[in-house]
Amino acid sequence: MGELMIGLYVFVLAALAGREVITKVPPTLHTPLMSGANAISGIAIVGAIVVAASAEGPTQTVLGVVAIAMATINVVGGFLVTDRMLSMFKKR
Amino acid sequence: MNYDVFIELAYLLSAVLFVVGLKRLQSPATARLGNALASLAMLVAIVTTLIDTEILTWTGILVGVAIGGLIGGVTARRVEMTQMPQLVGIFNGFGGGASALVAVAEFLNTPTIGMGTTGITIMLGTLIGAVTFTGSFIAFAKLQELITTNPITFPGQNWVNLLIFLGVLSLAAAALGVGPIEAPPLTLFYVFLAGALLLGVLIVIPIGGADMPVVISLLNSYSGLAASAAGFVIGNMVLIISGALVGASGLILTQLMCKGMNRSLANVAFGGFGGSAGVDRALIGKRPVRSADAEAVAAELGYVNSVVVVPGYGLAVAQAQHELRKVGDLLAARGVDVRYAIHPVAGRMPGHMNVLLAEADVSYDKLFDLDEINDDFANTDAVLIVGANDVVNPAARDPGSIIAGMPILDVDRARRVIVMKRSLSPGFAGIDNDLFYMDNTLMFFGDAKESMSDLVREVRELT
Repeated sequence: MGELMIGLYVFVLAALAGREVITKVPPTLHTPLMSGANAISGIAIVGAIVVAASAEGPTQTVLGVVAIAMATINVVGGFLVTDRMLSMFKKR
Repeated sequence: MNYDVFIELAYLLSAVLFVVGLKRLQSPATARLGNALASLAMLVAIVTTLIDTEILTWTGILVGVAIGGLIGGVTARRVEMTQMPQLVGIFNGFGGGASALVAVAEFLNTPTIGMGTTGITIMLGTLIGAVTFTGSFIAFAKLQELITTNPITFPGQNWVNLLIFLGVLSLAAAALGVGPIEAPPLTLFYVFLAGALLLGVLIVIPIGGADMPVVISLLNSYSGLAASAAGFVIGNMVLIISGALVGASGLILTQLMCKGMNRSLANVAFGGFGGSAGVDRALIGKRPVRSADAEAVAAELGYVNSVVVVPGYGLAVAQAQHELRKVGDLLAARGVDVRYAIHPVAGRMPGHMNVLLAEADVSYDKLFDLDEINDDFANTDAVLIVGANDVVNPAARDPGSIIAGMPILDVDRARRVIVMKRSLSPGFAGIDNDLFYMDNTLMFFGDAKESMSDLVREVRELT
């Protein structure tokens, strides 16, 4: 089985697992869910690091650094704002 | 033992933590820990990558992280809760952009890669990432009202978009050495990239401001798919898994939003909505209504057993949620059972109204969604509707209505309905609301914030 097929298996199973977990999130938490999921999509930072780290020319370095900056905004901002929102949900 | 095994195990740990973190979002009580677990997962993935990669220069990485961390951190602290949709929108854009750049850099490394699985994933990653990038910025600009919130349309728009989409696909194929177009792969790739960026703009501009919840959810899904595609490009499982999780999440929320608005995704994307074709506007607001002032409304609410509040986005626009919470507290102190009924599309993104009320210190166990509370309206003494219209319009039950079948809160079944509203003007659907003219309805006209302040005072004075 090629790497692509393995990747495809993983992708489909992960999407199904995601569906199972996420359909149980109550509507009241849908905004934090979205911003949290948004932060997780900043996982592209891993790819960005690989690009920046193995850059051999100035173009690639620039692309890598810009990609890291964008993904970091997503990750740091996403998790922080999600935490800020969740801290407001209180039961009195 | 092979060193690579530890790297893969660390990535696996990260993927597991992402799933466990998301699972904790199933209850407000555990959600904060869940978010912390997900951010820990991210840290594990990043540290693993740093260890695994033979890093030629740290400077670039540190500069990127410093810039991104500063912008992200400051924005996350300063943003107003009403601005959450545009914040998530723009963050989506950055995520999609980062994924696209990873794919772009990979192509620049090997411009003669030719047709094959890596080549296809590079093109797919670039396409989804680029569309997410520009589409999200347009969505941001619309929500922030930097550009018009109305749909921007021109004749033959869908055909133009289709042509550009097909053109982009053939350019991608050509850059991989397939098809009739002959040119250097790099040139073809740049034109392809430009086309993909343009496509992102074109598919979001015809969508109106009120449909943005759907678009934001969909772009959220895309940003996940873009990350997955980047994972395929560099052969990294944790990217594929996390991207799939986000893709699933965005898609589920998109479906929920479409259901809440009673529209198909295709209808949101291609259909101009928000006009009032076939509706007799002349009749709107011409029928007699019963109106009441703050004192009368306070009396209606203060001497009953149960009150359900229905907040709409008008409440948030008027910034009246804190005053509303005070009214709720005062009523609760008098022994009234006060609950809040939240329609799926009450805010500008899924769950937005819940966050706005949580910020105003409303206890989350008082917030109920449509399915939970709809059967209770018949046993409710009084309903207070603030800044909502279409989502409580009984016309949705009439098969002939333009909003037929839209899920609504059955407020008209309550013994008393009080509608706090500026005027009798129609909501987004552009149709009149029979609820306003019912015998058990009282209209409480005025600006939500002022009216709510008056109501706080009047409820306080009740004996």
